[in-house]
Amino acid sequence: MGNDAVFRVDCLRKSFGPIEVLGGVSLDLHAGEVAVLMGANGAGKSTLVKIISGVYERGGGTMSLAGQNFAPKTPAGAIRAGVVTVHQNINDGVVADLDVATNLTLDRLSGSGAPILFNPGRVRREAKAVADRMGLMIDLKARIRDLSLADRQMVAIARAMAHRPKVLILDEPTSSLSSAEADRLFALLDRLREQGVAILYISHRMSDIRRLADRIVSMRDGVVSGVFDRKPLDYEGAVNAMLGRKIHLDRIVARNSARPVLTIDGLRIAEGSRPISLTLGDGEVVAITGLVGVGKTALAETLFGVRKPLTGTMVLNGKPYAPGSTGEAIAAGVFLVAKDRSENGIVGDFNIQENISLPFHKRMSRLSVLKRRIERATARQQIQELGIVCRSEKDEMSALSGGNQQKVMVARWMSQAAKLFILDEPFQGVDISARRDIAAKLRASANGRATLLFVTELDEALETADRILVMSEQTIVGEHRNADIDLERLLAEVAGGPLHSAA
Amino acid sequence: MSSGWERMAAARDHAIRYGFIVLLFGLIAYFAIAADGFVSPQSAVFIFQSVAITGVLALGVTATLVVGGFDLSIGSVATSAMMAAAYVMVVLEQNAVVAVVACLLIGAIVGLINGWLIVYTRVPDLLATLGMMFLLVGLQRIPTEGRSIATGMTMPDGSVANGTFGAAFLALGRHRFDFFIPNLIPVSVVVLLVLAVLIWFFLEYTRFGRMMYAVGSNQRAAELAGAPVKAYKIWAYVISGVFASIGGILLAARLGRGDIASGNNLLLDAVAAALIGYAVLGAAKPNAFGTAVGAVFVGVLLQGLTMMNAPYYTQDFIKGVVLVVALVFTFALSGRGNR
Repeated sequence: MGNDAVFRVDCLRKSFGPIEVLGGVSLDLHAGEVAVLMGANGAGKSTLVKIISGVYERGGGTMSLAGQNFAPKTPAGAIRAGVVTVHQNINDGVVADLDVATNLTLDRLSGSGAPILFNPGRVRREAKAVADRMGLMIDLKARIRDLSLADRQMVAIARAMAHRPKVLILDEPTSSLSSAEADRLFALLDRLREQGVAILYISHRMSDIRRLADRIVSMRDGVVSGVFDRKPLDYEGAVNAMLGRKIHLDRIVARNSARPVLTIDGLRIAEGSRPISLTLGDGEVVAITGLVGVGKTALAETLFGVRKPLTGTMVLNGKPYAPGSTGEAIAAGVFLVAKDRSENGIVGDFNIQENISLPFHKRMSRLSVLKRRIERATARQQIQELGIVCRSEKDEMSALSGGNQQKVMVARWMSQAAKLFILDEPFQGVDISARRDIAAKLRASANGRATLLFVTELDEALETADRILVMSEQTIVGEHRNADIDLERLLAEVAGGPLHSAA
Repeated sequence: MSSGWERMAAARDHAIRYGFIVLLFGLIAYFAIAADGFVSPQSAVFIFQSVAITGVLALGVTATLVVGGFDLSIGSVATSAMMAAAYVMVVLEQNAVVAVVACLLIGAIVGLINGWLIVYTRVPDLLATLGMMFLLVGLQRIPTEGRSIATGMTMPDGSVANGTFGAAFLALGRHRFDFFIPNLIPVSVVVLLVLAVLIWFFLEYTRFGRMMYAVGSNQRAAELAGAPVKAYKIWAYVISGVFASIGGILLAARLGRGDIASGNNLLLDAVAAALIGYAVLGAAKPNAFGTAVGAVFVGVLLQGLTMMNAPYYTQDFIKGVVLVVALVFTFALSGRGNR
């Protein structure tokens, strides 16, 4: 591979209002090389991709393609110049109701120079040429709707490659593929690499990264926090750079628990994954950490009755626990603060008070008529205890800051006593002071229940938990008492190393 | 921020909150001056009577709007119930109670099917209920081969239907209660008021109503708060179906026959009332009180125009204008449509 980068990003900046999302990102892509871009949620990966692919306008900095200045005004402009992007949502890249041939040549149907009449014969000829170049073995007459996700993905990539781009960007292309399907994708990418395409591959999956990467670029908080290109690649270093580690002023005192609250035995949450067994104790705060897509949310939802485990049993306070619905889980005393509050938590038409009382209407009503006085008193108490900044319990949720919205979500589930309290990414989009408040409140109120947090950021686990479990490939791969943690080992487990060497 | 800006914001807030109520009273005041005899107990009762049936339907459709759905089949459920009532009494020669029960059953079953289609087969609500509407419009004509039902009619097989509408049934449409003035308030108006209070209390004060609003606003959040979301949605369509069938019973009782040509305007008027209800008191969401006010608003408008001799064919146009203005009040002015 040559030293001259085919695509170069220099000091790229972007702000949304007062918030700086990209703080000067520089990046080189070389022909015939796969560069993997890693970064936690909010690190700025998608913003970077959107600027490169012409969706957003950049705030500052320069980009160049093959030595020429590259400044796409629209996605179509970026494609014409030779930079194509395959987005995460596979169905954005294909039209479900059309056949494969039409999809492969879709971009030639419009734009200047496109013929007015639709010529099926010519479309099929052109599509065949594209498919052959890619080694695509799919019936060109098949409708996209009837294809598997992997095949659709192949078509989307082939369609992108029909432009003969110099740079191909893939945004988490394997997030909805099985491992066999992913292997086909990798074979295709190998082929493209041989053809001299520069590939920017965005992913969290360590197995993908180990398979493909020639170079790893880690992003954190809108800047590149590490570039790793010396073979053998330093995967743990890359994860470390992506998750980051700051000095902790407020180290916590890890507690031990005497009485088990929840015992999980042989729980399998995905086809082909190894079973999970663990025990959570009374008064204990346990954090499960791991990269995005390793099954943290799936485990949280299994505990909360949203989905059913493939195998395995759970025992809650000595009784068998197998919730068939969220309602049953709540009745058994298992509460979940779901991740992504705007999607899964906040009822936008309700004010603070109504949002807090939402799961506990039955306990707050007589003859099914809500007792508003109790509802209001509960809300006021929670507002005070969690320090929610608002004018009154009747405020609209949209009037609150992100941190305060999240406090309302936590308050909702803290207003009643739980046996098992689960929080999935409770610090997502939360400022540092609100994060401290919530963590302190969780620890202070931990007695009488087991508390389980799912967090991607290691810092958050270290700040709040007595015990840290590491999750990888849909199972638990490591356990650490938060006292004198062997961070090297923990990071290795997050990066998935020992699991592979042991297997 | 200057205080002038705040004053403007406050003024806008007031306009959104009270605009439609003020408009309603303004309308009444205008007609009181312009149209002779508009302000009288009889005129008021006439307005209520004219909106009673559409009001009942509108209250039902409000329940589906609350859970984030929509029910286009209400008009055809009402006319199907009317035809069924006539068929049960005239052809099958049953009494009023049987007729009423048959109608309510039809409403409940249609509601269940609508709910099932939307929740389990995932047909979009508008399409499912639109399909149901066409189905019912056709179905109600099959037993009599497209003829209206009245005592003494000849059946397809040549026999004569000798049953009659029971007196008790007709009373539902024709009896009037004394209220200061003898023979003032029709039964249908009482039914409307009772149902309005019932559904208002249900939606505003019970935990079921509250959860229905939660389902309509963020279904996923409601589910993760332990609510059986599917059941709530199905129940909303059952409520809508049953209310529509009650409207059909009142229609049959008023007409005294099963008239296949009547009830064409029910859907438009009921939906208009429910959507105008969004704008009342700045609620910006479906609500029973607003729906009732919306129904009265349409009734006042039409009665006033009729008394001022506006041609009948302008009425639909004016209803449409009012509806569009109400929707602008709700979505553009309050800015809540941006979410």
